[in-house]
Amino acid sequence: MSEEIEGTKTTEETVVNDQNEMDDKVTSPEKVEEAKLKARYPNLGHKPGGSDLLRKRLTKGQKYFDSGDYNMAKAKVKNKQLPAAASEKSGGGEITGDHIPTPQDLPQRKPSLVASKLAG
Amino acid sequence: MAGVAGVNDFQWCFSQVKGAIDEDVAEADIISTVEFNHSGELLATGDKGGRVVIFQHEQECKNRPNLRGEYNVYSTFQSHEPEFDYLKSLEIEEKINKIRWLPQQNSAHFLLSTNDKTIKLWKIGERDKRAEGYNLKDEDGRLRDPFRITSLRVPVLMPMDLMVEASPRRVFANAHTYHINSISVNSDHQTYLSADDLRINLWHLEITDRSFNIVDIKPANMEELTEVITAAECHPNQCNVFVYSSSKGTIRLCDMRTAALCDSHTKFFEEPEDPSSRSFFSEIISSISDVKFSHSGRYMMTRDYLSVKVWDLNMENRPVETYQVHEYLRSKLCSLYENDCIFDKFECCWNGSDSAIMTGSYNNFFRMFDRNTRKDITLEASRESSKPRATLKPRKVSTGGKRKKDEISVDSLDFNKKILHTAWHPKENVIAVAATNNLYIFQDKIN
Repeated sequence: MSEEIEGTKTTEETVVNDQNEMDDKVTSPEKVEEAKLKARYPNLGHKPGGSDLLRKRLTKGQKYFDSGDYNMAKAKVKNKQLPAAASEKSGGGEITGDHIPTPQDLPQRKPSLVASKLAG
Repeated sequence: MAGVAGVNDFQWCFSQVKGAIDEDVAEADIISTVEFNHSGELLATGDKGGRVVIFQHEQECKNRPNLRGEYNVYSTFQSHEPEFDYLKSLEIEEKINKIRWLPQQNSAHFLLSTNDKTIKLWKIGERDKRAEGYNLKDEDGRLRDPFRITSLRVPVLMPMDLMVEASPRRVFANAHTYHINSISVNSDHQTYLSADDLRINLWHLEITDRSFNIVDIKPANMEELTEVITAAECHPNQCNVFVYSSSKGTIRLCDMRTAALCDSHTKFFEEPEDPSSRSFFSEIISSISDVKFSHSGRYMMTRDYLSVKVWDLNMENRPVETYQVHEYLRSKLCSLYENDCIFDKFECCWNGSDSAIMTGSYNNFFRMFDRNTRKDITLEASRESSKPRATLKPRKVSTGGKRKKDEISVDSLDFNKKILHTAWHPKENVIAVAATNNLYIFQDKIN
């Protein structure tokens, strides 16, 4: 295709393109759902399946933290915007480091001493 | 015979249900894996509390020839316990992610069970005899005074009540930085693979202090991470071949003869996507939650959020069959994302002859697809339809405006009742369906 043709866009074409987009939004249920989500969470990241969600998956189970996390969390409290964004579904939901755990805080995970009810 | 009749020709009947009826389900009781052994004689379940329960198929009752035998508890044990990794501040759940049986080689049974970090080889053995008539000790175990012994006797083996003992024979630990999602026993019966989000390791069943890393997709810079490994399986008869699936909906087939590190694949399976239909949800719903080779080894099946796809290993550019599990959820993706259901990991399974496939859905529904007739059926695992030998009634979800009688509307579906784990007997039409904390067993009516 020559650049000339690609470069020029008549007003007619633009109107047709908008119409196609509207059709897409109307006909594709996924795109309707996407619009709903973006309306509820305007700060949602643009890389949905990418790094943020995956890294959250990789750090599942991360309970406590080091002093680096603690200082980061303290810094976040000063900046009022970030906590709101972090609590949204942008992959940054869990904040570690906002308190120092003591042995009394740690929930004791004991193995189930009870037999499975399937064996009952 | 299973291969000839279509899924709708089967008459699935309720056989048994295991587990408590109470509404309050303890987290630990949630079943996290279900697996028949190679003969179908044993059925193992693992739960979030780290426990394994094994059921055994009883012999058919001669008085009632129309019934197949039932599955009764054979053995139960605590496989994994909760741990805390102090070095990484990481809580390690005891939840059993997968159980895989080894092919039986002697009278004992062996299985591999894994949680997020550690794989264990368990031996389940029977003891039905004990020795009596020892010289140096009494029947109750007290040592006899050797000077009082005036004659010798040979101890004899006497029958005793059957005792089934489970003992851990190997512990394969410290080989995974990330969470283990799959284990698969190789057809050589000597090795097995274990896969976590970023790496796959090859083990020898006898060796616990060494493991070979065969796939490593960790990027040098974690900011560049774009996909993770979601499942992996060894080929059923080619011991050099395995596959792994990704969160981007792709499958890579690797041949261990080509290189020690199988980072470059031999085959790459991906269905082309229409770029104009791409949305925020596209990648999330394309993430493959399970991959299973057919028994024949010619095909493999993948499960993503809304569908099941069958792939011919000889064709990489698209699946040969696609089955919609619950397409009506496509217009609910926004709320499914908000309640995290969109991340649910459904499994899938083949029947013994590879003519049918089964997978779970919500509202305790599960779906079966007949590959020959292309017919499908939706059934429900519920206490209401749990009368002995009662035939299961097909269920239907209404998607349009008019809801017919007996249909259920999409908005009435219970998304907390998810069937993630199902298993099909390797030889017979017997299926096991895990519905949260209950295990249902259904059988095809023998005519």
